[in-house]
Amino acid sequence: MRISSKTAQKIAFSFLGLAAVIVIVPVIVIFAILIQKGLPAINWQFLTAMPRMGMRAGGIFPAIMGTIYLVLGTIVVALPIGVLAAIYLVEYARRNWWTRMIEVAIVNLAGVPSVVYGLFGMGLFVIFLKFGASILSGSLTLSIMILPVIITASKEALSSVPRSFREASLALGVSKWQTIRYVVLPNALPGILTGTILGISRAAGETAPILFTVAAFYLPRLPKSIFDQCMALPYHLYVLSTQVPNVSQKVQYGTALVLVGLVFILNFFAVVIRSYMRSKKQW
Amino acid sequence: MCFYRGSMNDGFPPTLEVQGRPSFFRGKHAGMTQDGVRRPTLTTMRKIREFLIEKIILLDGFACILFVLLIFFFLAKDGLALFKTFSLAGFFFGTLWNPLAEPPQFGIVPLLLGSLWVTLGATIISVPLGLACAIFIGEIAPRWLREILKAGVELLAAIPSIVIGFIGMTMLAPVVKIIFHLPTGLTALSGSIALAFMAIPTIVSIMEDAITAVPRNYKEGSLALGATHWQTIYRVIIPAASSGIVASIMLGIGRVIGETMAVMMITGNASVIPKSIFEPVRTMTATIAAEMGETVRGSEHYFSLFAVGLVLFAITFAINFVADMALHRKRK
Repeated sequence: MRISSKTAQKIAFSFLGLAAVIVIVPVIVIFAILIQKGLPAINWQFLTAMPRMGMRAGGIFPAIMGTIYLVLGTIVVALPIGVLAAIYLVEYARRNWWTRMIEVAIVNLAGVPSVVYGLFGMGLFVIFLKFGASILSGSLTLSIMILPVIITASKEALSSVPRSFREASLALGVSKWQTIRYVVLPNALPGILTGTILGISRAAGETAPILFTVAAFYLPRLPKSIFDQCMALPYHLYVLSTQVPNVSQKVQYGTALVLVGLVFILNFFAVVIRSYMRSKKQW
Repeated sequence: MCFYRGSMNDGFPPTLEVQGRPSFFRGKHAGMTQDGVRRPTLTTMRKIREFLIEKIILLDGFACILFVLLIFFFLAKDGLALFKTFSLAGFFFGTLWNPLAEPPQFGIVPLLLGSLWVTLGATIISVPLGLACAIFIGEIAPRWLREILKAGVELLAAIPSIVIGFIGMTMLAPVVKIIFHLPTGLTALSGSIALAFMAIPTIVSIMEDAITAVPRNYKEGSLALGATHWQTIYRVIIPAASSGIVASIMLGIGRVIGETMAVMMITGNASVIPKSIFEPVRTMTATIAAEMGETVRGSEHYFSLFAVGLVLFAITFAINFVADMALHRKRK
């Protein structure tokens, strides 16, 4: 007996729905576990105190601050480079072999494994340029890693600015750079910001690139300059869960929750800016 | 003004490459004052500034190529140094990775197989799930459900890999251990499951884009011929979106191969040739991350880790290149 095409459709759609459930349920479970086990650990002292007793007690303040320093350093380096590269690709580049090469390079930068960025950062910044294991080396490494995210988002934002805006500006005798600076960029800014925030939220959560370039195993003080090592939340979680024996689960889950919380606050900002931009768009 | 959007990606056509002013300003009187003395005027200053800015931006565009070359160069510089003391064949065909042995063994085969097992497992899990989820989101789910599912997938994408590794180690591994009666839950299988969930966001979002980009009239034509929605999906929409689907799978695999922290925490880190998916394995990425801390700079072991990095770079480069070709073909 052949099943009718209507029945086949019903069966197929049920399986597709089931797949969606299988994908979504673990997400909910992960968050439920993180909140349930991590929330009891979080209090003011946990967030603002130095770690004590070989990181088994006390707070995670230096790790939080380290991650914030790294994120700030990464924005300072990656944002200008990324936006200028996007401006080149959207506004100046002609369709030729070189442009295609740049695009291929960006795609490949996006695909390079994070641990390879770590090796590269160690080879170039820590050893060759003699920055040592420092916030500077770590930020530069993370910047190159998130560059493709920023470039792709900025490209999209720039090319969604209508051509008529540029033509109107050029027709008034305004130069090309001034058109970009005063007409195109302001209109593309929300999109660029969204992409940048998504990029740095990825940088904030990465462990492998900072492993050999900046992360300190245990450093119960704040860095004094960009040439100092620092602790960082993701690496701290790694250390707590695999390197130090007898750490209470509460501290581990608390650290994981703070890290996820930080990443989600960043993502939340990105989403807010994006929806604000959509509601504001006049064209 | 939407009709401009379609061509925006092509950049400005040459006709718009006006450098700020029409040509009659560029005559011999440009930049001249009444008495005929040539002075740097606002116009020339502006021209110089335009020129400089354009060059800076141009240089910045090429920075991306420079970074790829720099990455390759710094990996190759230290990676190839291994082969001054260790044979090329011993590296690529050696079946033992033991840097502490006497003499040290740097055979990449166990690590390559470790990566292969984990990647294969993750691909087998994530591709059908991802495809089904993408079809469900793109074609079947009502609008409200679609938004919820997309938000969930984005949420999954935003979880740092170290957190996935931590959850996998504390929650998933014990479950795998009990279900399959294994001595340890830290196996290639646990790693594959965790990594599948890291690849799914990549796969779903790119596949969903590809599916929704299929022209509407293809679908309407098929439905008008009396095909059911499901027949339309698997006979018309999936074939039409195939290059995007291939690209999404390639990029998902690229993500899995390069994943480091989660894999290091979950797969058990035994650098032996795995016989089944229920055994601990060690991937190339985990080897670099775990061993780099204990090497002496400039030692054979140090160089060998860069050599592994170079192999990894070559593999992901090839995968991304193929994926980009597939996406590019679609655009044409």
